[in-house]
Order: sequence, then structure tokens, then C-alpha cells
Amino acid sequence: MTTASSADHPTRRDFLFVATGAAAAVGAAATVWPLVAQMNPDAATIAAGAPIQVDLAPIAEGQDIKVFWRGKPIYISHRTKKQIEEAQKVPLSSLPDPQPDSARVKSGHDQWLVVIGICTHLGCIPIAHEGNYDGFFCPCHGSQYDSSGRIRQGPAPANLAVPPYAFLSDTKIQIG
Amino acid sequence: MSGPSDFQPSNPALKWIERRLPIFGLIHSSFVAYPTPRNLNYWWTFGAILSMMLALQILTGVILAMHYTPHADLAFKSVELIVRDVNYGWLLRNMHAAGASMFFFAVYIHMFRGLYYGSYKEPREVLWILGVIIYLLMMATGFMGYVLPWGQMSFWGATVITNLFSAVPYFGESIVTLLWGGYSVGNPTLNRFFSLHYLLPFVIAGVVVLHIWALHVAGQNNPAGVEAKTEKDTVPFTPYATIKDAFGVSCFLIFFAWFIFYMPNYLGDADNYIPANPGVTPAHIVPEWYYLPFYAILRSIPNKLAGVVAMFSAIIILCFLPWLDSARTRSSKYRPLAKQFFWIFVVVCIGLGYLGSQPPEGIYVIAGRILTVCYFAYFLIVLPLLARIETPRPVPNSIADDVLAKSKGRAATAASVMLALVLAGGLFAGSIQNAKAEEGGDTPPAQSWSFSGPFGKYDRGSLQRGLKVYKEVCSACHSLNYVAFRNLADPGGPGYSEAQAAAFAAEYKIKDGPNDQGEMFERPGRTADYFPAPFPNEQAAAAANGGKAPPDLSLMAKARSYKRGFPQFVFDFFTQYQEQGPDYVDAILQGFEDKPPAGVTVPDGTYYNKFFPGHAIKMPKPLSDGQVTFDDGSPATVKQYAHDVTTFLMWAAEPHMEARKRIGMQVFVFLIIFAFLMYFTKRKVWADAH
Ligand code: FES
Repeated sequence: MTTASSADHPTRRDFLFVATGAAAAVGAAATVWPLVAQMNPDAATIAAGAPIQVDLAPIAEGQDIKVFWRGKPIYISHRTKKQIEEAQKVPLSSLPDPQPDSARVKSGHDQWLVVIGICTHLGCIPIAHEGNYDGFFCPCHGSQYDSSGRIRQGPAPANLAVPPYAFLSDTKIQIG
Repeated sequence: MSGPSDFQPSNPALKWIERRLPIFGLIHSSFVAYPTPRNLNYWWTFGAILSMMLALQILTGVILAMHYTPHADLAFKSVELIVRDVNYGWLLRNMHAAGASMFFFAVYIHMFRGLYYGSYKEPREVLWILGVIIYLLMMATGFMGYVLPWGQMSFWGATVITNLFSAVPYFGESIVTLLWGGYSVGNPTLNRFFSLHYLLPFVIAGVVVLHIWALHVAGQNNPAGVEAKTEKDTVPFTPYATIKDAFGVSCFLIFFAWFIFYMPNYLGDADNYIPANPGVTPAHIVPEWYYLPFYAILRSIPNKLAGVVAMFSAIIILCFLPWLDSARTRSSKYRPLAKQFFWIFVVVCIGLGYLGSQPPEGIYVIAGRILTVCYFAYFLIVLPLLARIETPRPVPNSIADDVLAKSKGRAATAASVMLALVLAGGLFAGSIQNAKAEEGGDTPPAQSWSFSGPFGKYDRGSLQRGLKVYKEVCSACHSLNYVAFRNLADPGGPGYSEAQAAAFAAEYKIKDGPNDQGEMFERPGRTADYFPAPFPNEQAAAAANGGKAPPDLSLMAKARSYKRGFPQFVFDFFTQYQEQGPDYVDAILQGFEDKPPAGVTVPDGTYYNKFFPGHAIKMPKPLSDGQVTFDDGSPATVKQYAHDVTTFLMWAAEPHMEARKRIGMQVFVFLIIFAFLMYFTKRKVWADAH
């Protein structure tokens, strides 16, 4: 046993304890990593979240459809002249979350509104063509969105989000 | 021993809590100030190892349950998805599966330790019986856990074990129906087993608390078997026992990691990679290695009821041990005869384990009967008799005397414990490998595979060629259900780019739908799609192939095996040999012979194959020279095809193998450094105690 020599070298002894403690901490952290990382979406879920293509041709003016992308409902509305006009002429200063209509649709495709149909308040799904603004009405706590999907009234803090999408042709979009 | 603590926290907030709930005092008196005999050896660290294993099993189990689906149609698939798609899912699953074996391995050492040192004797009878209850609960939990992957062994293990209860007179059938929740093992059975498998570990944890409570009332036994009398006999639990246990745990983790990262399939049965099929029983039903001794006892008795009774008695008898062995001396160290019989008993148990893995025929049955008699004789004859006739050697006066007497020559203990652990582990665990007896097929020659060994990697060229062979030949009849096109671009796979994988997928027509008109339609494949199956359902596959559906190939390289035999399986543990599956698949592909050897006939509709068990295989010779051409100039021979497609199938079965071995190496380096640090820290801490 090395009792005498260890007493002579207290620093070496401390170093050993610190090194062992540090190694234990590193080991614990490295063990926790996979235990937490497993909660993230798995590879199949991520793969299933790949972009989708939607054919717009069957959607008549004034109609809208709901498609699902990454488990979220996406509203695609074919807006009427009236709806577009309303959306464009609202003074931005009167909006809780000011954003011009042109920033919410693709230029040259004014008639198409594509928004994620999830209320920015607490996640309910607003109903299309309801409410006072010719847009969406959320039944949960009464938020109202206009024909550009912008919040106009109620507890929701922000406009309906616009998902990433692009026009592949005049009648076909790719979401994602 | 652990009377009311006089521990008082100095922090006012802790003081406030302590006055209302004396939890810090409890922790302090139980795990800090608690006096532990100073002569404990490393066999005593298995208590801590078991606590860690229980915590780890619960942790990994709770996580696996987040991804697992307890449904007869989905369970097998969900386990595969855990292993393939969940982040680190392969690691968590290996930890949980190998962890069960490690848990039992540690509990057996813990039990044998108790047996050797007489830890069950007065005043520790209740402590011991609580231990037996924990062991029984562990067996039930382990059994139900093994059912959850819903492979062939899961299903048939469940059938056989639940049928044990049919031996009960009068009520047998009703009990079994009650267990099943149906007319046979099925979805309700799986559901309730999942529920109970989740529940029982927490029951175990509860009994463990009682076990530790009883331990702290009676105090720990020790190698000398004399009670601690004075302060000089004990050291405080922290830091002395804590640090020693931590060192023991870190050594055990090295052993554990060997299985997790390098031998994940060593302890399992290849048949469990075949989805449960209520219509076909595997040739040899073998339980997990930790049940084998009891399985051997069950089979040695030719009467159904008596066999079941004998099997359960073999465990229950442990509860009576404190009264069967009435010798005053606790530790076998001072009992020359008991010591010898103890080791004979250990050999009997290992022998029973080995016999349990063998087919129940000929010499194995006779040997099983002899050893069964020996097993019971140890408890019912040897121990009671020894208590009366044996003259024990004098025990030391006190623990302090014992420590003084052997302070020399203890340096070798740690090393010998580790060596014994590894050896015993290899022997014990490996016996399962023997389970797969052969039925008259030649032994496939061992091939050299780029993916074998601790640094093994898949050969990208071989994977790409193998994919071509699968696509052009095998896929005409065999599905590859668990492999998605996106996997072709995964790291550690064939090494294609995302774009190449997408282009590959687009060549396939995938059935999708229903569309808005309610009709199914076909579209080009996307990377998220899985390889389409050649037949719409199993019946169609069977009808088109002479009555037997060609099996899915996703797991083929792990679902087939062949007998390695003793002592080969022991060497396999050390050499990390895990390639029975690929060896077998490769051999089958090359084993076709146009004409059976003279005197051998195979039934109509089957073909002669040298390596197929029974030689008559339904699959016609699939590959012939020149059938597939390779762009990279590799020879267009059956040998090359077989090698490449087997490599591809190994990857299909084990897509994260490269990550597993890479991370395994990092973990090993870390654990070895850590164990050394722990060892020196432990020596420094204990230097004051000697
Ligand atoms: S969730 Fe829509 S208003 Fe609250």
C-alpha cells in the first residue's frame, strides 16, 4: 500500500479524483445524448415529410381544398376577385401583424392563397369561409383571419403561416 | 445497525425539509454513514451492478415502449423500425436485449455468492427470500419481454411456457385460456404481456427496496461470515463501498458493452428474426440461456405434471434454504466439505444449462435426469447432512482479524475476478448457440467478410453489385419489405447519393391511393417508399411458388444460422464471430447440385442443395454464371454473385452495423480508461482504510 507516498503528494491524489470525476461526467453526458436524441423524429417520419405536389386545376374559383403535409393541414384557396381586392386594400396599419397581401402569395398567382391551416393562437384548425373577413374563423377561441390568412380579430398573435411552396406550372404547386 | 440518524443538514432550507421529512438523514444513514464490513470482496459489488442493471432496463424499456407497437400484426415491424429508423434505436434495443442477459448473469453470480458465503442464514432469511421473489419476478418479466418482438421464438416460447400451466389438474385448460385471452396465443396475449412487462419491473424495484431495507437491518454478510462487532470491523459505505462498487460497475460495463456493440446477436436466437407464424414451429424451441437449467429439469421428467412441478420446485426450494442448511458456520471458506459440494453444484447447474440447450434425445436425457437428481440432492440431502457431520475450521474472531490475515496477496483479486467473469460469461451465455441442431446439412464453410470483426465495414462495391443481383434476380420472388429506397443513400450503406437513390426509386412503379375517386393508382417510386413486394400477398406468393411463399429477405442474413457446437461457440465469443447467417446464405446459393449424389432422392418440386437442412429445398437454383453483368469488371460467376448478394443482405439486415462498431470502439476506449481511473481512485481511497 502506498499510504505514505500518497500523503506526500496531495496534488497528485487530487488530480486523480478530478480526472475520475471528469471522466464520469463525460460518460454520463455521452450516455444521456442517445437517450434524448431518440425522441426526435425517426428516419421514416423525416422521409415521409418530403415535398408533395398538388394539382390546382380541379379547384374552382371560390373553392378551397385541404391537403396534408408533414401532418399539418394546408389550405389552398382559389380566391375570388372580391377576396383578392379586400386583401389588397386593407391599410397595413390596421393589422395586428402587418403584412401586405403580396408577401403572402406568389406574384402572378394572386388568386392562390396557400396557408398552413393551424391557428397561431393554440393550434386549432380554423374553418374556411367563415367569420367577418371573408377568410377563416377559429372556433376554439374566436380568432378571425381575412382572405389573406392574416389575423384580424381575436386572441391569435400572428397571421396563418405560409408553407414553403413553389409553382411548377400554372396549375401545379410543390409544397415543401 | 442503522438506527435513527443524528445527521443534521447545515443548510437552513434542507433543515426545514429535514424537520418535516427526514429524507436526507435516511439517505445519509443508508448510503453514507452505513457501516459496511471492511473485508468485502468483489463478489459483493454485484448488488450495485444489479441495481444499475435494473435502472438501465427500466430506462431503456420505457424508451423502447415509446416506439414499440403491441399488436400482433405490427409488433415485429415496429421493432425493426426501432432498430432501423429511430435515432440510436439499434443501440437502445441492443442495450435492452443484452441487458436482460447481463441482468440474469449478474443475478446468478449474486445468488451463488450468497450460497457460498451462507448469506441466507439467520438473521438474513427474509432478505434471502425477498431475493428469491425478485428472481421469480425477473423470470416472469424476462419471459414476457422475450415475447414482445413477436418473432418465431417469441411466439412459440409463449406457447410452450403458457402451456406449462395446462399441467394443473382440473383447472389447467381454463388457466391457459385465461392467460391467452383467446383460443391460442394471439393478439390479446401480446397486449397483456406488454402491459405486464411494463408493470413488473416496477414491482421488482419495490421488492428491491424491501430487499435493501432488510439488508440494512441485518447488516451485510461478509466473506468471513462473522458479524461486525466493533468500529474496527467496518468502514463507512461512502466513500469506501461506493467507490469499490463503482469500480465493479465500470468493469461490468466493459463486459456488457462487448455484447451491445460487437455481439448483439450472440445471445439471441436466429429464429426470432422470422416473424411469428402460428402454423410452423421452429425445429428446436429453446428458451433464453438463463432459463435453460430449469428447462432441462422440466424435460428430464417424463410426466407432464411432475415435470412442471419439478421445474417450479427447483426455484421454490431456494426459499427453504435457510432451514435446509442448518450449519452454524456461514462462510464455506471455513467448511471444507461444503466448499467442494458448492463447486460441484455450480458445475451441475452449468451442466443442466448445457443440456437444456440440446435436443431432448439419447444421452442428453439420461444426463439430464442424473443432474436433476444431483440438483435436488444438493438441497435435500447434502446440505442437511453436512450440517450434522461436517467439522468446520475455526472462523476468525472478528472481521478485523480476517482482514489482517489476508492483507497479503489481494492484489490479484481484481484481475482474477475480471478473468473469471469473462470466461464464465462466454461459457454460460454461449450455450444457446448450441441450440440450433442440424438436420443433415453440411456445415457451410466460413467465408471471409469485409464486415466481420471489430473494425468491419461493408464493401461498397460489393453492396452495389449485390443490389443489382437482388434487383435482377432475387426480387422476382423475394420481397425486401423493411428496406426503403432512401436507405440506399444512408451512411454505412451502398454509398449512393440522394439523387441516385431517387433515380433508382423512380424506376419502380408503386401502388398508392386511394385517390379522390377512391381508386388505387400507380406512380413512380419516391425515396420514402419501400422496395415493392413481387406478390400482392402471401397466398399469391405461395400459389406462384409451388405452395410455399418465398421468405422476405430483409432479415435473411440474421434469421438463418447453423450449429457452431462446443467449443466453437466459446471461441466465437472472443473472436466476435457473428457471421453464421451470411456464411449460410452464401453456401445455400452455391450449394445447388444438378444431380443429387448417388442414393439420395429429393421429393418432386424440390431441388438438391448441399447445405440446406434436409437437402431438399423448394427454391430452384437461382443463379448461374453470366446471368448478371457488372459494370466494374467483377467476374460474372455464381461465386461472386453469391458473395455480393449476401453482403447486400447483411447490410439490409443490419444497416447500422458500421455505426455500431465505430461507436463501440469509442465506448470501449472510454470504458477501459475509466475503469483504470476508477481502479486507482479506489486504491487511493482505500489506502486510508488499511
Ligand atoms: S386556437 Fe384558434 S383561437 Fe385559440
